[in-house]
Amino acid sequence: MLRVARLIAAKDLRIELRSRVVTNQVLPFAAIVMVMFAFAFNTDSVVQKVAPGLVWLATLFSLLTLVQRSFAVETADGATDALRGAGVDPAGIFLGKAIALAAQLAVLELVLLFTAVVLYSAEFRLSGLVLLVTTFVAATCGLALVGTLYGGLAAGVRGRETLLPLLLLPVVAPVLIGATRATEAALGTGGAVVADGWSWVGLLTVFVALFGVGGTLAFGPLIEE
Amino acid sequence: MPVTDNAVTDNRTPGDLSGSDITGAFKSGTGTRFTRLLGIATIASMALLIVFGLFVSPADVIQGESVRILYIHVGTVWVAYLAFSVTALASAAFLWKRTTSLIWDRIAGASAEVGVLFMALTLFAGALWGRLAWGKFWVWDARVTTTAFLFITYIGYLAVRGLGGSHHQRGRRSAVVALLAVLEIPLVHFSVKLWRGLHQDSSVTDTTKVKLHDQMLFSLFIAVIAFTLLYSWLVIHRQRVMAMQDALDDKGLDYALQQRRDEGDG
Repeated sequence: MLRVARLIAAKDLRIELRSRVVTNQVLPFAAIVMVMFAFAFNTDSVVQKVAPGLVWLATLFSLLTLVQRSFAVETADGATDALRGAGVDPAGIFLGKAIALAAQLAVLELVLLFTAVVLYSAEFRLSGLVLLVTTFVAATCGLALVGTLYGGLAAGVRGRETLLPLLLLPVVAPVLIGATRATEAALGTGGAVVADGWSWVGLLTVFVALFGVGGTLAFGPLIEE
Repeated sequence: MPVTDNAVTDNRTPGDLSGSDITGAFKSGTGTRFTRLLGIATIASMALLIVFGLFVSPADVIQGESVRILYIHVGTVWVAYLAFSVTALASAAFLWKRTTSLIWDRIAGASAEVGVLFMALTLFAGALWGRLAWGKFWVWDARVTTTAFLFITYIGYLAVRGLGGSHHQRGRRSAVVALLAVLEIPLVHFSVKLWRGLHQDSSVTDTTKVKLHDQMLFSLFIAVIAFTLLYSWLVIHRQRVMAMQDALDDKGLDYALQQRRDEGDG
């Protein structure tokens, strides 16, 4: 299963490296969302205060496009059918696609965080670095797992573009809440202290564990036809 | 292409379900003696609820007449949670190999539809009551927010049911989504609770700590009974309508196949 996962992940990342869809389309999209937030909230002090939330909100919007992209690759030319026909373990496909998605999300989040520091003058402090890294790892894993699960469900059906946000956004709400609060604590936004952030990391970890197990079990029945 | 009578060996139309096993019991509709009795009991208990809720039970000392909204609110929210629990259990039964049957899929679907309807009524009645009791339609209380998430989640579930494909495909797909919702909802509830906990206390419990008057309690009890009966009646009928729709789909397919075959023979 892990070997299959590694192969699938490597394949997905190779496709993304060569096609450059993520770097040429998704990253600029995320950047323009960040600029739009600044237009919508107008004053500097407001965007500085809500910067962590905006980073995660922009991540969620970009997640939707990344997931669509991840499964558009599979449904074109009936690639999923071929994988299934070849008797590839669905759990391996699930983990592999989730790993590839997590890698792309991690790059995206770093860019968004950097944008927030530059554009919104978000505070940044070294004392919260451990918490910040842990939060980003946990939230990225959570988003990648859930994104892959619901992406697999919506893949290959009519109206998937509109169905995916409806299914995915309610499920990732705990990640938005948890990651935002933990990031605020790590960065010290609005005087938050680092110690407050760890309970949120706990929530994110529970999320990852539940959807990791649940997704591995559920993905097979979802993509079977 | 026009089809002449003698070209069709099976001259039943797609709408004719007379030969079907599933619908054998309900040729003249979805009602049976049991559902008719259930329907009468529902109407009777609803009438009782109107009498007790609007006339017999007193107005609240603090909330005044607005307390009567709660008889609707509590009844519908109870049904909504009951409906979503039934959906989860029926979905599990469908996925479990030893009990797998499309009837569980249809019960899950019918129950979710009724649940979404009652959840909408709950949110509506709750917002009206909230405006009168707290001065605003919406509060970011953990329970209220979770309820809204349940509502959206099951709208998504119904959308998944409508995706098409074979009946079994629909059943498996929607059953998995229903079970994932069982994972999601406690997480949402817990995270919203943690989120609110760090900011302010919920304001819901403040006004409801008053000891309930006996007649109010009895009205609430009738409301729960009446809405549960209504729920059962709706789900039984909806489930039977779904069975007929499924049978109609199968029949329509057989009919179309037969037509093609006859064209080939002719």
